Amino acid sequence: MVIVGAIIGAPLRYLTDRAVQARHDTVFPWGTFSVNLAACAGLGFLTGAATATTVPQALQHLIGPGLCATLSTYSTFSFESLRLAETGAKYFAAANAVVSVLAGLGTAYLATALATALLG
Amino acid sequence: MTSEHDGPAPRPGDWAAEPVDPDTAIDPWPSRAGRTPARKHAAILTAIAAGGVIGACARYGASVLWPTAPAAFPWTTFWVNVTGCAAMGVLMVLITERFAVHPLMRPFLGTGVLGGYTTFSTSTLDTQRLLVGGHPGTGVLYAAGTLLASFGAVWATAALTRLAVLPHADAERGRS
Repeated sequence: MVIVGAIIGAPLRYLTDRAVQARHDTVFPWGTFSVNLAACAGLGFLTGAATATTVPQALQHLIGPGLCATLSTYSTFSFESLRLAETGAKYFAAANAVVSVLAGLGTAYLATALATALLG
Repeated sequence: MTSEHDGPAPRPGDWAAEPVDPDTAIDPWPSRAGRTPARKHAAILTAIAAGGVIGACARYGASVLWPTAPAAFPWTTFWVNVTGCAAMGVLMVLITERFAVHPLMRPFLGTGVLGGYTTFSTSTLDTQRLLVGGHPGTGVLYAAGTLLASFGAVWATAALTRLAVLPHADAERGRS
């Protein structure tokens, strides 16, 4: 099930990243930011759902380490921040790092709360 | 992003000409008959999916081999992300500054394998679990530690790889 999730997650990250990057002309890597937040929302919802009700093990593997973990990325996130810093956009690099982590946490909290409210 | 398929051949060392976003950049395709844009797109997506499966299996395998207790510092995810970022630094310098590679190399290794291996969402949910589970100190340390170690890793490996390979690239260009 992890493999099935990864087969969907990795190309979905590429397609979303491309689609988002095509829609703005700033240097900020909104594409990676978007997929990481979407994955945090998905994994947060799964965590809330697993606490509130019984989620089959196979579905947990599909969505957790399969889809969401593969959809999100730390390597591209860190590399894009390095690129921003090296091309002179140091504030953008720092903002990307801090905002990504805080927004990811906020999204995860909201998604967990939403799942608990809906399914609990 | 605009001319990702049949653009001019990249000059190794053209770091500044590279877009910030390495995931959406595709190296020029070698001219060959029968390569329609649709087929190229399908090949890219297949390479990413195949790489993603390898990366995800490696990450999942690590989490099964070295499970972390809910209240403990999530060392497994920490090292997965740090090693993935370290590999990214090496890979990106090699394929953007040193070698002109096949256009499927970056989607397969960078977007697929390393993108699938590293995970932002698992790291975030690890942090959330520590924060709400009564271990705020460990949670903050983990989030900040992963960020600093990953960024340090990609910076250090990119710098070291440049030191190791770029003198050769300059020498080759000087001769030609």
